Amino acid sequence: MARSKRKLVEINASSMADIAFLLLIFFLVTTTMDIDKGLHVLLPPYSEEPPEDTQLNKRNVLDILINANDMLLVKGEPLDIAELKELTKKHVDNHGVLPEYSISPNDAVVSLKNDRGTTYDLYVAVQNELKAAYNELRDGYAMKRFGVKYEVLDDLRKKEVRQNYPLKISEAEPEDIGKTN
Amino acid sequence: MAKIRKKGGKETPAISTASLPDIIFILLFFFMVATVMRETEVKVEFKPPKATELQKLEKKSLVSYIYIGAPTGKYEEKFGTAPRIQLNDTFAKETDINQFIQNERSKVDEKLIPAMTTSMRVDRDVKMGIVTDVKQELRKANALKINYSAVPKVDIKR
Repeated sequence: MARSKRKLVEINASSMADIAFLLLIFFLVTTTMDIDKGLHVLLPPYSEEPPEDTQLNKRNVLDILINANDMLLVKGEPLDIAELKELTKKHVDNHGVLPEYSISPNDAVVSLKNDRGTTYDLYVAVQNELKAAYNELRDGYAMKRFGVKYEVLDDLRKKEVRQNYPLKISEAEPEDIGKTN
Repeated sequence: MAKIRKKGGKETPAISTASLPDIIFILLFFFMVATVMRETEVKVEFKPPKATELQKLEKKSLVSYIYIGAPTGKYEEKFGTAPRIQLNDTFAKETDINQFIQNERSKVDEKLIPAMTTSMRVDRDVKMGIVTDVKQELRKANALKINYSAVPKVDIKR
């Protein structure tokens, strides 16, 4: 066996860098290490004295109660969370037609009261449904008024839409009926 | 046949390792990019709830994080399984939140303070009691912009 003294065949590695860069870009685009998304909420400012009892017209208030067993009571009747969005839309966008819903979107208020034993999961789900209802209403208004969706409007027009459909959620102090702590 | 066997017996040429540094560098970059976001070690369980109406959190430097959940792993022995609040790297009480917010405020420019957001990273199984207490403390500290951290839900209906 004659050992031939052949030169080592070098693999052309010049494209390796390109492949590696492609991989890098792929990872950069597709992976999100940290979720940084969520529902924005603005809390009311704190005051020592209890808030004044403002008499709201009862028909304007959509009161939502959540108990410690994660059950919903909306306007005095049990409701499935899947129906909450439609009901909220109906309530807000009533314009005084039906006597049990709000007079106008501007007057409509959502009153949310939860128990200390309510799971956070359901609380977020309810907040999400309310927000979804308002987003759809705002989208509908923006479509009618400007012919585009709410998201793509400029700030001034967004403000106008928001003024027509203001999201008013009033959160009551939770009760501790479930006795969790 | 004999010819083929002869060929197979030859030593295989060494693979060039010239590009190995590149690959290592890329890995490095990748980890640098991926880990820069997480400044603290999360010591509590955090399975985010699902939602559809999500908004992105802008300007990370203006965001402070509050974790609430059951302590995980080695911390479970020490702190139990009841949900706890984590601020920065340590477990804290509700009353520490005010100080925490003041600390966060002192890190940023005065003009940017109203734009500061508190991200509530609460485990989905936590009961609302502790969350409400934290919210109350945030109101007292006048940190009113909050964000309930959540992950997108795949909506079947749409």
